[in-house]
Amino acid sequence: MNALAHDGTAVLGRHLQRIRHAPAITVMTQTMPIVFLLFFGYVFGSALATPGEEYRAFLVPGMLVATAAGGLMTGMFQAAQDSHRGVMDRFRTLPISRSAVPLGQALADLVASAVGTVPLILVGLAMGWRIEGTPLRALGAFGLLLLFRFATTWVGILLGLASRSEEAAGQLGSATFMLPLLSNAYIPTGGMPGWLRTLAEWNPISAVTTAVRHLFGNAPVPVDAAWPVAHPVAGALLWSGGLIAVFAPLAVRRYARR
Amino acid sequence: MTTTYAVLSEGLRKRYGDVHALRGLDLAVPEGTVCGVLGPNGAGKTTAVRVLTTLVTPDAGSALVAGHDVVRDPAGVRKRIAVTGQYASVDGDLTGAENLRLFAKLLRAPRSRADELLERFGLTAAAGRPARTYSGGMRRRLDLAASLLVPPRVLFLDEPTTGLDPHSRNGIWDAVRELASQGTTVLLTTQYLEEADQLADDIVLIDEGRAAQRGTPAELKALVGSYAEVVVADPSSLEAAAAVLDRLTGSAPALDAGRRAVGAVTTDTTLTLPRIVRAVDAAGVHIIDASLRPPTLDEVFLRLTDRKELVA
Repeated sequence: MNALAHDGTAVLGRHLQRIRHAPAITVMTQTMPIVFLLFFGYVFGSALATPGEEYRAFLVPGMLVATAAGGLMTGMFQAAQDSHRGVMDRFRTLPISRSAVPLGQALADLVASAVGTVPLILVGLAMGWRIEGTPLRALGAFGLLLLFRFATTWVGILLGLASRSEEAAGQLGSATFMLPLLSNAYIPTGGMPGWLRTLAEWNPISAVTTAVRHLFGNAPVPVDAAWPVAHPVAGALLWSGGLIAVFAPLAVRRYARR
Repeated sequence: MTTTYAVLSEGLRKRYGDVHALRGLDLAVPEGTVCGVLGPNGAGKTTAVRVLTTLVTPDAGSALVAGHDVVRDPAGVRKRIAVTGQYASVDGDLTGAENLRLFAKLLRAPRSRADELLERFGLTAAAGRPARTYSGGMRRRLDLAASLLVPPRVLFLDEPTTGLDPHSRNGIWDAVRELASQGTTVLLTTQYLEEADQLADDIVLIDEGRAAQRGTPAELKALVGSYAEVVVADPSSLEAAAAVLDRLTGSAPALDAGRRAVGAVTTDTTLTLPRIVRAVDAAGVHIIDASLRPPTLDEVFLRLTDRKELVA
């Protein structure tokens, strides 16, 4: 365990150094949500029945969760890029824990996204969004965001390691931006046709979004929704924990496969 | 005294779909020696290295590296080896110094060891630049430096100088010689006979995933022989020159009327170019060119694999 922490930290350092040398991708993946936030908040928000400020306060937590779900894309892209490079072969021949390399990547992503989300939060505050719950609950909301980021990154790492090429991973990765559209991140599910509503409410993004809105005190929990949304904090924890429990071991196994 | 083998493999097989990369490869590399695995592209050299360095599990056969089984105890093998690949196995996005410090940390080597190796491989000036901006030779040196952070029991070098200019190649050769002189066992794959000749104590010639021939460089060259050739001024004297070559080399000469040349293989290591020239000249043949050259890899390869087929 000690060795895993030591090796994982070394690999984490490697990823942070890479981001420092080539920040373009990281900056872009963290800037896009700001563009979406402004676009959705002021273009769509102006046409909705609810007052614009109210919609924008509803939208900011959704955008935070959608951005956390972006771990799927960055995890996949990074792992695919790495797995087609010689340096992975060197890692595999070193006497280090088999978990260290994927774990280091996932942790580095967590650090980068935590820092990278600060501008999004500042823009959200400028748009009128406020933390209306207690500081402790707000802390819980940020904790859930990080946990969900960690979970989606592991899914991404597995898909990236399994992908045939960097290009294939890039294309699949950019298709993941549709996932938040099929959830309550941008619009409430209440008005959706029955089958679509069920699908959207079982999307992990919906449970996490509802939990984050609830903990920030931005919107009430829709009690008539599917179980994970009606019990959002438990739903968010179960979804994130479940994804980690399934995908982290699969990703490690895939990495160690020979 | 019994020999301890740093690498000992028996009947290694590996198939990728329809491609049989290894078809029963046997290797025995005594501790402290340099073994050159020589063969053309596609002979199975890289697959052999990947199996021996625990990157790939063989379909059949067994291999011990530094006394540990590559299939049953890969962690034991990894503690005792280092690998420098055909494709740079360093991180192009990190600087040279960052690469070595990362691997030093993972290998529990002191950070000062990384700086020491940067210095030794002439990379101090470039240490702060991303490795992807390095020349081929610099990358390969960085790669080799990463393999020496903790001196390995067995060092695997997969085509360490492919694509390098002669100057860079000599630098790598010097480093390998130094390691070997300190007792590190080295297994290197190469397409160049000269490289195996320069570095290896023993050469294993592999063809279609099997060892086709093995021996010291001198033994293999003696087995193949050198090629003696004379070019004559007058085509009508070709036959006379051929008769002399036949007598000197003991093998049937081949005539090339177009180039007015006649050549024959010789395994007689005492035969010299002046002797050939004097003998042909004494037969009254007007020579315009003559050569006695060691076999090229192509010739070694074709002849030794042919010989194998003749025996079989």
